[in-house]
Amino acid sequence: MSILGNRVLRKEDPRFLRGEGRYVENLPLEGALTVTFVRSLFAHARIAGIDTAAAEALPNVQVLTGADVDIGPLTPPPLPGLEQGMTRPLVATDVVRYVGEIVAIVIAEDRAAGVDAAELVLVDYDPLPTVVSPQEAAKDEVLLFPAVGTNVAGHSGSPEHDEHLFDDCDAVVTDRLVSQRMAPCPLEPRSAAAELGPDGRITAWLSTQTPHQDRLGLAGALGMDPSQIRVIAPDVGGGFGAKQLSVEEVLLLWLTRRLGRPVRWTETRSESMVALHHGRAAHLEFTLGGTKDGKVLAYRLGILQDSGAYPVLGSFLPNLTALMSSGVYAIPRIEAGGRSVVTNTTPITSFRGAGRPEACQAIERAIEMFAAEIGMDPIEVRRRNFIPKDAFPHTTASGATYDSGDYEGALDLALHSAGYEELRAAQRSRREQGGAKQLGIGLASYIEITNPVAETEFGEIEITAEGGAIVRTGSFSHGQGHETTFAMIAAERLGLPIEQVTVVKGDTDDVARGTGTYGSKSTQLGGMAAGLAADDVVERAKTLVADYFEASPADIALDRALGRFRVVDAPEPSLSWTELASRAAADQRLGELKAAHDFQGIPTFPFGAHIAVVEVDVETGQVELLRLIAVDDAGTLINPLLAQGQVHGGVATGVAQALYENFVYDDDGNPLTSTFVGYAFPSSADLPLWEAVEMETPTPLNALGAKGIGESGTMGSTPAVHNAVLDALAPYGVRHLDMPANGENVWRALQEAKA
Amino acid sequence: MTRIALTVNGASCEADVEPRQLLAYFLRDTLGLTGTNVGCDTTSCGACTVLLDGESVKSCTVFAVQADDCAVTTVEGIADGDELHPVQQAFHEQHALQCGYCTPGFLMATISLLKENPDPSEDEIRHALEGNLCRCTGYHNIVLAVQAAARAGA
Repeated sequence: MSILGNRVLRKEDPRFLRGEGRYVENLPLEGALTVTFVRSLFAHARIAGIDTAAAEALPNVQVLTGADVDIGPLTPPPLPGLEQGMTRPLVATDVVRYVGEIVAIVIAEDRAAGVDAAELVLVDYDPLPTVVSPQEAAKDEVLLFPAVGTNVAGHSGSPEHDEHLFDDCDAVVTDRLVSQRMAPCPLEPRSAAAELGPDGRITAWLSTQTPHQDRLGLAGALGMDPSQIRVIAPDVGGGFGAKQLSVEEVLLLWLTRRLGRPVRWTETRSESMVALHHGRAAHLEFTLGGTKDGKVLAYRLGILQDSGAYPVLGSFLPNLTALMSSGVYAIPRIEAGGRSVVTNTTPITSFRGAGRPEACQAIERAIEMFAAEIGMDPIEVRRRNFIPKDAFPHTTASGATYDSGDYEGALDLALHSAGYEELRAAQRSRREQGGAKQLGIGLASYIEITNPVAETEFGEIEITAEGGAIVRTGSFSHGQGHETTFAMIAAERLGLPIEQVTVVKGDTDDVARGTGTYGSKSTQLGGMAAGLAADDVVERAKTLVADYFEASPADIALDRALGRFRVVDAPEPSLSWTELASRAAADQRLGELKAAHDFQGIPTFPFGAHIAVVEVDVETGQVELLRLIAVDDAGTLINPLLAQGQVHGGVATGVAQALYENFVYDDDGNPLTSTFVGYAFPSSADLPLWEAVEMETPTPLNALGAKGIGESGTMGSTPAVHNAVLDALAPYGVRHLDMPANGENVWRALQEAKA
Repeated sequence: MTRIALTVNGASCEADVEPRQLLAYFLRDTLGLTGTNVGCDTTSCGACTVLLDGESVKSCTVFAVQADDCAVTTVEGIADGDELHPVQQAFHEQHALQCGYCTPGFLMATISLLKENPDPSEDEIRHALEGNLCRCTGYHNIVLAVQAAARAGA
């Protein structure tokens, strides 16, 4: 029986449970100096001067400023449509553009000495006018980069604008919504260490999702050959899309090269809240039109993306929002796109979902409003517009080619699992009773794109002298469980017990190449590459066995259940992996039992349906999430236990956006939520048990049948909860509600509806 | 510098510490017990939770000098050799950890909870652990693990 599809417990757990996690900050590094960054307290200001004398008067303290830094600036990622003139200095020299930008570097003997010295660095700021809202930034009145002449950092989607887009529609609805700014909050703040070797080669230990890409980025920034840099990503305590190479890591390597000493840096949480790039921050305007019998004919989605102070990946993500704007519906005409603009805030990058939850939320809200407008049950409107399950592959008007799906099946499963009719009856009963606590029921059908830019991943299998296997993968795990999932895939192909398969990742000296982990692509790319490399190793092993048995390789078979090679149709002679490896090692032929594979995939499209049940106190505005039923279909599941864990985490993040989290600035660009006290990161007391329901519709695009599941939980949950709160408030005249749907926003919406 | 003497995971130790040094960094930097992670600077996340004379505390909010004459238990001190503590075992079996960074704090907080309340309800578990934050699991499997550990008599 195959191990695939089983709820296998994680191989990596014991070291974390015993407190032996190898996070960067835990690694001993003899003689390392501690780096502390002095960060701007102003959102937009000219630096008139920096006085480092008092700090440097402390023993063994050195302070460097932007004038000392002889590399950089960093250019925006070379993505289509991004303004390349908005470059980013590694340390600000003349102007700071957000609170948290680095203005000086303190090098000290330890953490406490570094903090003491950093407090003594005196920076003289001349404040400049500040622009915080993207709408204001789009006016180009206050410019962050005067030499560029505009705040527009990028364009996304299609520039088309048809004035007659909705001419044949019986009903047209329109609204705006803000997918508010969120702080990614991996529990491990970023950490980096770097050491210059006697040969001039630098070893860097990074808390990152992408060690191989980081090596290339570091080499480019430092003017070094990539072979002169080794990046090691040991255990990483979560990333959620945000742990990408940034200025701090570049500076650590630059410092060790300059100082000739090992250096290390770990950000504090309050530092991380402004320095680690944020997510979302998309301002959306949608218009949807269709016939009075529920057929959607046209959809327009305008996206104004807040880029933060320097354009990084977040400026590009509206392209994914535009691509996925059609949702799970066959909509004949779509216009989607917009602009990204810089503001005096922390830069925006990818955060779990990264452009796709925004698309889902807009279309799901639009469908609900359209249903209300024509007086039809929103479930029925969805049914009339779903792409049917026999219509795949399906290319949407927004240009995405969906691989496989059963959207109505997912919705039906969610409705059945939720007991939808009973819920509606309970809601009616509460409404008739007229108390303060009213029920709301919301649903969302969602689609997600994983491996969105059709990447390639590396996998290698090597048989050890003991007859076990090593899997080397260019993919990376910062919590996802690759050491288990990838071992399962290799074990299944090789006919080995999972205990004899070891997964190696995160060291650019040990793994030849790789892309890392983002875009929910690990299993479908890295898992496939490992599996195909294992198949290659089996073929090589057959050749070796054929030599030993004096047979033809074509006549050798691997009995996967027993892990033994033998001649077809003959029980003996046979060789186990252990026997074969031992013999091959003795014959100096063990190296033949090794193979690598690069697998390129094209995007896959997980989907599902989420239903939320909330209780809203219509007097105070307080919202409690009672139930969240999540049907998530990511194709064939390799390890349902781990897949469900990904769903739970994704759903929690989606609910956090709907109900709690919001990273807020005042009009002067001061962050108001820059600690874990001020930022509404939900605890266990704020969330219910999740009702995750499995559904498996394989993708035809890879042999595993697997799509990605890391981010899909964020797609449906946010609009389902948002729709649920609006459903509870509908009898009170509330038609629009800003997220998060916390007590304050709900109360305000109720007061406005009364007015 | 102040001299302190305490017991950590059953072993006596003495050290000179700066009065301002936090217990979390004393454990990590002075004793090399890096299992106790630091996830914030506002006593919010609970990653650094340890037991101080059997009670759970956030070691980022206790000065090392306050642990003078006390018994400290960290995540490194709860397994019995190769055998995991029942709470560790329950977290493993319920897939209650992903990136693992918050895990030591949750384990210690759970041990403290089950000592005070051997059979907590779901609601009691959620409120007892609200001082510990996790970004990966959505807390679902953590709650199941605490329930499983309670059933196992942890």
